[in-house]
Amino acid sequence: MYAVLAPATAQDELAADEALVSQGRELFLVGCASCHGKNAEGIITQDNTQYGPSLVGVGAAAVDFQVGTGRMPLAQPGVQAERKPPVYNEEETRALAAFVASLGPGPAIPEAEKYSMEGVDNEALVRGGQFFLTNCTACHNFAGAGGALPGGKYAPPLTGVDPKYMYEAMLTGPQQMPVFSDAVITPEDKRDIIAYIASLEEGPSYGGFALGSWGPVSEGMFAWLVGIGSLVGFAVWIGAHSTRSKKGGRA
Amino acid sequence: MVDPHLPVPGDPIDNPGLPHHEPRPTDVDPAAEKRAERQVAAMFGLSAICALLFCVAYFAFDIGEETDTFMGLGASNLFLGLSLGFALLLIGMGAIQWARKLMRDHEIVEMRHPVASSEPDRTEALAALTQGTADSGIARRPLIRNSLLGAVAMLGLPAVVALRDLGPLPGDALERTVWRKGMRIVNDVAGTPIKPDQVEIGQLINAEPAVFFATDEEGEPVIEGHELQAEKAKAAVILVRMQPEDINPFPARENWGVDGILCYSKICTHVGCPISLYEQQTHHVLCPCHQSTFDLANNARVLFGPAARPLPQLPISVDDEGYLIAQSGFEEPVGPSFWERGE
Amino acid sequence: MTPSFPKPRKSARTAAKPAKKSKVGGAAEWADERLGLATMAKKNIRKVFPDHWSFMLGEIALWSFVVLLLTGVFLTFWFKPSMAEVTYMGSYDQLRGLHMSEAYASTLDISFDVRGGLLMRQMHHWSAMLFIAAMFVHLMRVFFTGAFRKPRELNWVIGGTLLILGMVEGFSGYSLPDDLLSGTGLRFADGLVKATPVVGTYMSFFLFGGEFPGDDIVPRLFTVHVLLLPGLLLALIGAHMLLLVYHKHTQWPGPGRTEKNVVGFPMLPVYAAKAGGFFFIVFGVTALMGALLTINPIWQYGPYDPSKVTAGSQPDWYMGVAEGLVRIMPGWETELWGYTLSWNLFIPGQLMPGVIFGLVLMYPFIEAWITGDKRDHHLLQRPRNAPNRTAFLVAVMTFYAFGWIAGGNDVLAVIFNMSLNQLIIFLRIAIFVGPVIAFIITRRWCISLQRQDEETLLHGYETGIIMRSPDGSYSERHLPISADTAYTLTARDRDEVYELPAGTDGNGVAAPRGPIHKVRSKLSRFWFGSNVQKPTREELEAAQHHADHELALHAAEAHPADGHQYDGRNDIAGDELRKH
Repeated sequence: MYAVLAPATAQDELAADEALVSQGRELFLVGCASCHGKNAEGIITQDNTQYGPSLVGVGAAAVDFQVGTGRMPLAQPGVQAERKPPVYNEEETRALAAFVASLGPGPAIPEAEKYSMEGVDNEALVRGGQFFLTNCTACHNFAGAGGALPGGKYAPPLTGVDPKYMYEAMLTGPQQMPVFSDAVITPEDKRDIIAYIASLEEGPSYGGFALGSWGPVSEGMFAWLVGIGSLVGFAVWIGAHSTRSKKGGRA
Repeated sequence: MVDPHLPVPGDPIDNPGLPHHEPRPTDVDPAAEKRAERQVAAMFGLSAICALLFCVAYFAFDIGEETDTFMGLGASNLFLGLSLGFALLLIGMGAIQWARKLMRDHEIVEMRHPVASSEPDRTEALAALTQGTADSGIARRPLIRNSLLGAVAMLGLPAVVALRDLGPLPGDALERTVWRKGMRIVNDVAGTPIKPDQVEIGQLINAEPAVFFATDEEGEPVIEGHELQAEKAKAAVILVRMQPEDINPFPARENWGVDGILCYSKICTHVGCPISLYEQQTHHVLCPCHQSTFDLANNARVLFGPAARPLPQLPISVDDEGYLIAQSGFEEPVGPSFWERGE
Repeated sequence: MTPSFPKPRKSARTAAKPAKKSKVGGAAEWADERLGLATMAKKNIRKVFPDHWSFMLGEIALWSFVVLLLTGVFLTFWFKPSMAEVTYMGSYDQLRGLHMSEAYASTLDISFDVRGGLLMRQMHHWSAMLFIAAMFVHLMRVFFTGAFRKPRELNWVIGGTLLILGMVEGFSGYSLPDDLLSGTGLRFADGLVKATPVVGTYMSFFLFGGEFPGDDIVPRLFTVHVLLLPGLLLALIGAHMLLLVYHKHTQWPGPGRTEKNVVGFPMLPVYAAKAGGFFFIVFGVTALMGALLTINPIWQYGPYDPSKVTAGSQPDWYMGVAEGLVRIMPGWETELWGYTLSWNLFIPGQLMPGVIFGLVLMYPFIEAWITGDKRDHHLLQRPRNAPNRTAFLVAVMTFYAFGWIAGGNDVLAVIFNMSLNQLIIFLRIAIFVGPVIAFIITRRWCISLQRQDEETLLHGYETGIIMRSPDGSYSERHLPISADTAYTLTARDRDEVYELPAGTDGNGVAAPRGPIHKVRSKLSRFWFGSNVQKPTREELEAAQHHADHELALHAAEAHPADGHQYDGRNDIAGDELRKH
């Protein structure tokens, strides 16, 4: 993997912490080496397919994302790694990130200011929305509800995702997601995109329940099930015979 | 032919006639009747209250800058809708309850009349028609008839021709885009030009021609409004970078990329939706509209889906300041197929 | 006692005016003297409508249309049907300062700066969906019960046309806000238009006033949506209702109901209350949906931009089938002498819908040709008694369902964790195989139900009481059904297979026996061949005789066995069984 020379500070900090790196190596050998190789060089099978790719140069950011969102370690082989409860705690994740960072230069874990909402004025929010609609919604959908990719793969929903992970995903391009390098989508742009996504999540649902934000597919389902269902139910009530009385003679 | 209105002979069972009316509890029990009456009146009364609540909600809940919310939903919409909904629904339910419980529910019978008119009516109508036609003499005067038909038919022409200015003729508009030799490729929304070393392997850039962000001496955009929309609908592109050894270009296209950076039209060749569902590992790009899939490592050929043609590729190179530029415009029309689009 | 003189009567003095009896009478008199309403009113005030829930489905459509008109007028007071570019300065933060069309900006204003505006927008959109869905459900009811037969074929055609116009009306309506999703839909429509052979590009340029998207399409669609189509819809709905009133409503067969009468409740007061009440219910349900369920959140889509798109781009549900057919179509295109023929768009987008609509609209005439039935029909048929008709619509519905699934394939793939490609390949096959299987299954099912009906008619209903005979075999006791139910089961026509006419007529002209007549005869035999005809009077009487005999035989077992038959607790005098 090619790597952009990330800002040297955070990267080198992690990689320079020898204790952290060796702690990370220990964890790596137990939990990751079976797919990624003992030195994270990757494992290629006889048929030329991959068990796990080489992690040299992926950077601390990639590890923080994959391990922090629980995608790694992979629970079962499949077309895509799924988000699940993380196996490693924060300290262990940092150690793993340090180890991988020590293997070769790569994107660093972003500092908190990079994805903090402070200083995001309305203009930046609007700009973030425009970036989002241009670069992200084609896969992730207008509300970040996710979308389908070929062959059973998918772009996951963005709801409930920590801003740091969103930043790291854009930076490192996990699995099929493309890379959005800091040189093209600058850190400010990334922050604006994240702010926009947060505003969608935090803002009120103006028109009522969002029905999954899937658009006309779920709207059609509700129209039929709730709308026609209840109206046909009313029609049955209207046309039903009323209770008949047992008392009283023929009227 | 058997008269369709007589019962068909050989019916195994005779029609037993209307069943006797059986009374409802509200017909015989005054307490039940009173209860039903109160039910109906209560529904109507509740409806009136809901109508008033609508008026209250209209002024009580704010929208706009400071939207009131209720449990995460917009409060104004919610309460206006609930109050209006119940105001209407309760009138309906009250009316139905009234009909079902209290209105006289004896079934009554109405006879049908034959749908066709009676014979005397038909004869009279036919006679009137014949007399009228004979009076006009149209049958005896084919010259008048034919010339009238011709005149009325000709009126179709002005009706059609009057609509000619609905739009301009297509000309060669569909075959041209704004891309020219030397035009910089810029990041969409930001308008920033791109250098190859800013693009990583696996990166996707949604890009536009630089002219879309250009301004003239007065600071006004060079292209804007619906002209901009029309040109965007043809000129939007995507830039992707992959390992050079993964690319299999056509013989003529070997120098159309820059160090593994390729530029393709973003406009799907099926019906024109913008595509940017790019999978960086497979190099496939998927269109969200109808799931056409293209392989960008192999000249964007169609792998799956209803598209018939590969995405047009824009030949790119680098200008003297190091920014990515187009070598020329597209070598084929961009976007959906059309009748005149021959190879 | 003073004698009282009779008071002079006013009526004796005034000329032709009778004394005013009540306020209502007075007003009615005033109107009648100018409009002559009494003649029409006398027939219609107590007009009889038969009572069944399935007859109210068309009303859902009718009342939804009224709701559409009312909410639509509200929206037109604020909506600006113009694509002129403006800078948005309203209250929705995430779009403030952006360039957008006036249409989109005014829709944002309606949603965020007009109180009740969002509610009206959502009610309008929900009732549009309900309008078309109700028409479909009504169509299915009319079809399954054979209500489209003579003399109502033209009403069927009018109804089918209403359905098509309704869909176009909906499409033009949701394209008005010029948002990303509907703009993507217009892009699709433009691509479809461009794919038309010979005239495609011209049609596209004339429609959009130039290159896509141009700035004419929204105002043009606005005129179509608020003037042209509503006018047509109103006229056709009027015609539809007029025919309904003239023909009178069909009814289910049953005791007291014949081809020559209508049994039910009068317009005033019962039907006025039920239909009027249903109007308020439809309106109310629509308002509740508008309150609670978000629809078309255009502020999240953003203004239309040809370089932006969202995953899960679909048209509204009623366009879903056309969308699905286009999605599963393989990419076939031919180039001939410099011209391109886009089969991948022409077939699913233009040919298939035309064929299906044509078939559905022409169906009454097709069925009448196959069956040779020229009689008037005012009594409905149970779906089971017309197996091929029922199976045909079920097959069409299966085709429709697969088309629908195909239209939402990416959303379904991501929600249900399926492979998009595998789903599409499955649908490519299923859309042809499915309807055939559905036809076969439904037809056989209907015929089985007919057999069950005959069984019930001749042998009574199953009581659930199991009898054991002396030699050990089990049987179920049947009791005869009531006269009313029996009559209802037999109140249907006998089917007659169309035989090839033979011989010559009075003038020595041979009866036509051409290939089309042979086809007709074969079809007719297939159509009716497996139907179970109702029994004749003799067969029924014979069966009842047999049933009476059986009942008499088991009269002693009128009560179920209590387990103490032969231990002395029950009187066994006269019992034939335990005779050693």
